[in-house]
Amino acid sequence: MTAYTATVTVRLKRGVLDPEAETTKGALERLGFEVDELRSADRYELDFDAADADAARSRADEMAERLLANPTIHDYDVDVSER
Amino acid sequence: MTVAVVTFGGSNCDRDAVRALSHLGIDAERVWHEDGLPADTEGVVLPGGFSYGDYLRAGAMAARTPVMAEVRECADEGVPVLGVCNGAQIGCEAGLTDGAFTTNRSARFQCEHVHLRVERADTPWTAAYDEGDVVEVPIAHGEGRFETRDDRLAELEAADRVLFRYCDADGNVTDAANPNGSAGNVAGLLGARETVAVMMPHPERATLPDVGGTDGQGVLRAFA
Repeated sequence: MTAYTATVTVRLKRGVLDPEAETTKGALERLGFEVDELRSADRYELDFDAADADAARSRADEMAERLLANPTIHDYDVDVSER
Repeated sequence: MTVAVVTFGGSNCDRDAVRALSHLGIDAERVWHEDGLPADTEGVVLPGGFSYGDYLRAGAMAARTPVMAEVRECADEGVPVLGVCNGAQIGCEAGLTDGAFTTNRSARFQCEHVHLRVERADTPWTAAYDEGDVVEVPIAHGEGRFETRDDRLAELEAADRVLFRYCDADGNVTDAANPNGSAGNVAGLLGARETVAVMMPHPERATLPDVGGTDGQGVLRAFA
């Protein structure tokens, strides 16, 4: 078994309204910054042991599918590295 | 024979639901989620509140508690299951119904009275109304904007799953009458069975005459 860190990034699908991002963008603009678009995402870092990188990735995929992301509104990606 | 009002840490409309149901002569009791559903459960309410502090997403944690497997079994057997507000978010997250309820278009928590148009009157939840009736009930949510995958709303509409839409006092379904930006002005919808429904507005807060209108009574009468 090898120790891995899986990083899962969850973001709204393109086209899904993100009022919090809009509000944050507006606040940056009030501070004088010019921003064309702001996209936010949630990042989860998961430490666990797995037989190899593929196994680590598929476990993180399953975590994203079953809890971390809501497939109705979210896309996600998974990055795996040895720890 | 009782309606189980499932209480999670952070639920705060559970007592309201029991009181509203009792007012209608319907036996109801609060059930702590870790205790599981009573053997004589004849109906399930997932009440409003902020279960698990809305961690991750509203309803995400509660939807994955063991009691929800029991609720799903009940739903599959035809026992009436109603999710209100946070309960609606839990219901969506648990797959009892399609879609998701997410951040309001305004990015604010909104607590106000809204009008709903009854889209179907041939369900247990709406048998007390006529199709096209306008009912007034409160909303109180920050994450009530209904979203679905691209074509799914049209499929839900084609399958007659939409129960209530936000409308103006005259029953017109307009963008101005949409408090949170919900797709299709959807305020409530049915699951795979007509005995399963979720809705963001609070029928239990529009049931007791002492606290205002009673338009929400009809929804709760599904449990009678």
